[in-house]
Amino acid sequence: MEERAISSEHLKFLLSGKLLLRQEIPLDEILFQKLLQQQIIRKAGSIVQKGFSNQCLRCGNKKTSLFATIPCGTCSKTHLYCRNCIAMGRVMECEPLYEWHGESVSWPNHLEPCTWQGQLTLVQEQAANRIIKAIRKEEKELLVWAVCGAGKTEMLFPGITAALESGLRICIATPRADVVRELLPRLKKAFENVTVEALYGGSPTKAGTAQLILATTHQLLRFKQAFDVIIIDEVDAFPYHNDASLPFAANRAKKKRCTTIYLTATPRREHRKRIQQKKLEQVFVPIRFHGQPLPVPQKKICFSLKKDLKKFLPPKEFFTWIPNRKNPARQLLIFVPTIALAENMHSIMRRYLVGMNFLKNEKEMAFVHAEDPNREEKVLLFREKKIQVLLTTTILERGVTFPSVDVAIIDSGHKVFDEAALVQIAGRAGRSPNDPKGEVLFFHDGKSDAMEEAILSIKQMNRRGGFK
Amino acid sequence: MECLWCMEEIIVEISWINLFQVERQVALCSRCNEQLEKITGARCKHCSRQSTQDICPDCKWWKSQEKGDPLEKNFSIFHYNDFMQAIIAKWKYRGDYVLGEIFEQELFQACNEQFKFLMKEAVVVPIPLSKERSKERCFNQAAMLAGFIPMEKRNILSRIHGEKQSKKTRRERISATNPFFMSESLNKPVLLVDDIYTTGTTLRHAASLLKANGSHKVYALTLVRG
Ligand SMILES: [Zn+2]
Ligand SMILES: [Zn+2]
Ligand SMILES: [Zn+2]
Repeated sequence: MEERAISSEHLKFLLSGKLLLRQEIPLDEILFQKLLQQQIIRKAGSIVQKGFSNQCLRCGNKKTSLFATIPCGTCSKTHLYCRNCIAMGRVMECEPLYEWHGESVSWPNHLEPCTWQGQLTLVQEQAANRIIKAIRKEEKELLVWAVCGAGKTEMLFPGITAALESGLRICIATPRADVVRELLPRLKKAFENVTVEALYGGSPTKAGTAQLILATTHQLLRFKQAFDVIIIDEVDAFPYHNDASLPFAANRAKKKRCTTIYLTATPRREHRKRIQQKKLEQVFVPIRFHGQPLPVPQKKICFSLKKDLKKFLPPKEFFTWIPNRKNPARQLLIFVPTIALAENMHSIMRRYLVGMNFLKNEKEMAFVHAEDPNREEKVLLFREKKIQVLLTTTILERGVTFPSVDVAIIDSGHKVFDEAALVQIAGRAGRSPNDPKGEVLFFHDGKSDAMEEAILSIKQMNRRGGFK
Repeated sequence: MECLWCMEEIIVEISWINLFQVERQVALCSRCNEQLEKITGARCKHCSRQSTQDICPDCKWWKSQEKGDPLEKNFSIFHYNDFMQAIIAKWKYRGDYVLGEIFEQELFQACNEQFKFLMKEAVVVPIPLSKERSKERCFNQAAMLAGFIPMEKRNILSRIHGEKQSKKTRRERISATNPFFMSESLNKPVLLVDDIYTTGTTLRHAASLLKANGSHKVYALTLVRG
């Protein structure tokens, strides 16, 4: 907590549009109590009874199994706390949440805030114009369906510009901290004179006082009626898609009049249905920014796959493919279904690859997974081409971009690889205008529906993009 | 019933072996449970560190001190592997109280196996938190563990607020002044309980204070050997 006195002007930025625990409010007790008395800060319910169940009003959790009881040392009673949102600080039945009822912030109307020099392609511009219209006309929702590699970030710039010109506050929420970290410098550069702030677990700042906020979806749990425009990136992805508390928080973070823009490359069935029923407006971007089609995955059947995987061996078809790749200069991104498999196959595979003279030494290959503390570093090494082969779980299926890779999925029929995951993984290939092709291989021992659907959907998107 | 850690549904397979135990609550699913790593094989008889020597060099050093080692013996149950670190972080620092229940059976059992001889006369004393820390967390993880032990419990130690142990170096920890105080004496053997044994300094501070106030022998049971 900062020790220096906080001016009332700064306080307004710090607390308005938020829903916070006492420990998240950096005020000494005397000033805090004074503001409570003046009703500038007010108490709000934390865990309340709703019918026969309880609800955590920060995350919306109603599941009995996600509440537990604690013999509380503060109030000396045994009462509930919420386990669902505990990573963001513990919500206790005996402690309220707090919200700001003082003067609200009026955000500046910027004059030509966009300092990005680039040029949008024709398709990107069409989508960008549609986004501008949605924001100007205060449309409630718009889904932007853009294929992997369409350049969606740049597509957002004109819409963000329009919002900033009207003095609106904007939040871009994305599932992963990696993506937030990657986006921050790009947005700062694109809007040099606008306050931009990144929020994620462990981010250097937690204040949330900027006009343009970039955040992991979880961070929305701290906001209430804060944003005029919310852009939800990868709306089909984990965790937004699986965790009901995130849509709950996103909804609460909206001001009464708010435009929500959903971004996705692989819309889920419920969104497609709403589009078909004309209940959800959409704009489709079928072409990658470099104008080349999406690589279509090839299936390779491996009859001894199960047997090989038991020994953590890659199938022999994989080793047959390696020396026959169309462009041997490309790096290799390999996906496997489980962490255990990644870990065990890694040491075996790199020995083979060195033996085949494909790698100079074993250090040229690494593996990453979701809980890997060195994930960021390894991804960076791969991007800098200090690592040639990266073995990964689905954690790298989205968000991260490498210019020139071939992609192999080992055991692509496994249930973790659903249609969306496979389309996303295939979308890692051919991202650079200098090498827009890239191979995608599905190594399997019996094709799954998801594989078929993914291939079909990629071909369909290519057709809609005007490719044969 | 869901796993306390991964929230997956726990499927209890009923066999002849556990037919009569199904009532017993399982805290973790088998996949999570497998990741807990119990200390097995040769260990220092004194501090539970994995060691081929009967008494490890650290413990020899403690014994060589002027007043000898105030701690008779520490027994730890688990290794401090990545999984355990993750659980402890969420339990203790995030304050997910209920996670402590994962360890109930093991603590009960370890006490029965290792400290049966103490059961009649000794009292269990959990390592306390300072007032400030306890206000922050609303519960004391050591006291929660002590609650799983079927012996008399006494909270007779208090702790002065200081820097977090985990932020200090080994040398700083060992040379730090005793952070504990107590206002009554106790003429009984004591079983101290804490979550982690790292250098053993904290436990020894508590032990020497207890001995100075009437306790003849002080033992320790800790969840994890760091
Ligand atoms: Zn909650
Ligand atoms: Zn309480
Ligand atoms: Zn020892």
